[in-house]
Amino acid sequence: MTTWLARKRESGFLLAVPTIAWLLILFVLPLVIVLIVSFMSRGRGGVAIMPFTIEHYQRTLGIFSIILWRSIGLAALTTLVCLVIGYPLAFFISTRRNRLFQQVTLFLVILPFWTNFLIRTYAWRILLGDEGTINGFLLSLGLIDDPLPMLNTQFAVLVGLVYGFLPFMVLPIYASVERFNFRYVDAAYDLGANDLRAFLRVVLPLTLPGVLAGCALVFIPSVGAFVTPDLLGGAKGLMIGNLINNQFGGSGNMPLGSALSIVMMAVVMLSLLVYLLANRRDRGA
Amino acid sequence: MKKTGLLLVVMLLALPLVYADSHEYAAWTCPEGFEGQTLSIFNWSTYIAEDTVPNFEDACGVSVNYDIYESNEAMLARIRQGNPGYDLIVPSGGTVQRMAEEGLLIPLDKDMIPNIPNLIPDLLNAPYDPDNTYSLPYQWGTVGVGYRTEVFPDGITSWDQVWAHDGSVAWLDDRQTMFGIAHLFLGTDPNTTDGDEIVAARDYLLERGGNVVAVAADDGQVLLERGEVDIAIEYNGDILQISWDCECDDYAYAIPDEGSNVWIDNLAIPVDAPNPELANVFIDYILDAKVGADLTNYIWYASPNQASIESGFIDEEILNDPAIFPTPEQVANLFAIIDVGAEAEELINNAWDEMLIFLGQ
Repeated sequence: MTTWLARKRESGFLLAVPTIAWLLILFVLPLVIVLIVSFMSRGRGGVAIMPFTIEHYQRTLGIFSIILWRSIGLAALTTLVCLVIGYPLAFFISTRRNRLFQQVTLFLVILPFWTNFLIRTYAWRILLGDEGTINGFLLSLGLIDDPLPMLNTQFAVLVGLVYGFLPFMVLPIYASVERFNFRYVDAAYDLGANDLRAFLRVVLPLTLPGVLAGCALVFIPSVGAFVTPDLLGGAKGLMIGNLINNQFGGSGNMPLGSALSIVMMAVVMLSLLVYLLANRRDRGA
Repeated sequence: MKKTGLLLVVMLLALPLVYADSHEYAAWTCPEGFEGQTLSIFNWSTYIAEDTVPNFEDACGVSVNYDIYESNEAMLARIRQGNPGYDLIVPSGGTVQRMAEEGLLIPLDKDMIPNIPNLIPDLLNAPYDPDNTYSLPYQWGTVGVGYRTEVFPDGITSWDQVWAHDGSVAWLDDRQTMFGIAHLFLGTDPNTTDGDEIVAARDYLLERGGNVVAVAADDGQVLLERGEVDIAIEYNGDILQISWDCECDDYAYAIPDEGSNVWIDNLAIPVDAPNPELANVFIDYILDAKVGADLTNYIWYASPNQASIESGFIDEEILNDPAIFPTPEQVANLFAIIDVGAEAEELINNAWDEMLIFLGQ
C-alpha cells in the first residue's frame, strides 16, 4: 500500500550505490590521502613519513607562489583569448540556416581531437621553432632578418593552451546560442536598441551560462596544464603542473607535491565558486 | 682515490696490450639446463645491440622478454611498487647503492659468472657497491657538451664558453651532475652534503643560466638536432648518436677541461626476480669478450670489458675516440656521483626547484 513509494525510494538508493562507491573509493579517498600526505614530512626518495608539518605549505605559498601566479595568469589569459576567438565562432556556427553547414563546421571544431594531443603539441614545436615553419616563411619573405624567438617562451605556452582548449569554449557557447530565441533581438531593435546594445543587453546575458561553462572548462585544465608548458615553454614557461610532476618523479618530494596539488585545487574550487555564484545571479535575474 | 682509479683505467686502455694478447677466443656457451625458460630484461631504451638478445635465446634455448625505461627513477618506481616480473635491470651507480639499501636487489651468484675477470679491475669495487655484491658494470661514459660545429668552429674547451654563449643552451635535467659541475668551479666536493655549498652551487648556475631555454630530461640531443639550441649538456652516447644518424660533422661532443661527470651503468637482479639463475647466466654472457665488444660497437658507449678491448673486437674508431673513451688528462678531472643520503637529497631537490623557478624569470 504505502510500500510502493518506499520501495521506489529504496531501489533508487540501490541504483546510486555503484556511483557512490566509485566516488568514495576513487575520488574522496585519494583526495583525503593527498591531503594527509601534504602535511607529512619528506622521507628517503621523496616518500611521505611522520611527523606532521606545515613546511610544504610554507614553501608552496612562498617561493612556489611565483609559478602558481604565473599559472593562474596564463590560464586566465588563455580563457580570455579562447572567449574572444570562441564566442564569434560559436555564434557564427549556431546562426547558420543551413543545417548541414552547421553540422560540418561543428564537426570541424572537434576534428583535432582525432589526433593525439601530444602529437599536436609536438607539431607546434615544429611550427614555432627558430628553424621552424613560421620563422622559415618570414625569413624567406625577408620580413625578418633573425628568427623570432617564439618556442620556449610563455607566448608559446599560451598559443598551445589556446589551441588545445578552444573547442571546450566553443561547444558550450554554441549550445547556448543555439537555444537563444532571436525574436528577443527583434524586440530589442523595436525598442530602439542598436546592434551593440542589443548584443550587450540581450544576447550576451542570455547566452552567459554557455560563456561561463566554457570559461570554467578552459580555465580549470589550463591552470594545471603540464604537457603544453613542458613541450613548448622550456625553461621559461614552467607552470605549476610541471613542478608538481617534478615532486612525484624520481627523488622528488611527495608531500610537497601533494601540498602544491591541494593549493592548486583550492584555486580551481575558488574559480568554480565564482562560476556558480555568477550562474545563480544570472538565473535569479 | 676515485680519480686515480679512473686514471689507471685509461692508462691501461692506452697500453699497447691490444695486440700483444692474442690468445684464442672461444665463443660463449650456455650452461646446461635452461632450455624452455624465460628471462625478463628491463633496460634503458636504445641500449643494446640488435643481435645481443636473439643470440642469447639461440645459445640457451630460452625466450627473453625485453622491456625498456627512460630513467633510473622510472625503473626504481616500478620495482619499488613490487617487481612486476623482471629478472635483470640496469641501474646507474647511485641507484645501485639506493636500491641495495632499500633491499630491492638480490646478491649476484658469482659462481655462475666466470667472466668477471674480463672486467677492467678499476671499474670494480666502486664506492656505490664496494664488493660488487649486487652489480657488475655494463657500460660507462661521461656527461659533457654537445654543440653545433658551425657555431663553434674551434670547439669547446671550457664550461665558461657554455655559460657565456650568446644563443640557446639546453641543460641536463640531472640535478647532482649539474650541481657537481658548479662545485668544480667553487672548489667544493661534487657530492657535498653541506647546505650552504649546495645553495652556492644553485646560485652559481642561476647566474649563468640566462641563455638556458630548456632543462632537458635526456632529450637535449634532439633539441640540438632540430636547431633549437646550439649547446646541449648531455650524455656522450646521445650526442654521438645524432652525429652518427646524420652522417655529418654538424655536431661534436667535448668534455670541458675543468672536468665533468663520469657514470657507470650496472647489471643487477631486482628482488623477487622470477628467474635469478638465468639472469646470472645472462650477465656472464654480456661479460664475454665478443658479446661485450659487439654491444659497444653497436651502441657506442665505453666498454668496461678489458678482454673486449684487448682482443681487438672493438672497432678502432670507437677505441680511439676521446668522446667515448676519454683521455687520461680528462679522466683525471671526472667526478662520479654517489648517493648522498636523505637529508642532502632534500637540500639538493629544494635548491634544484628554486633554480628552475628563477631560471624562467
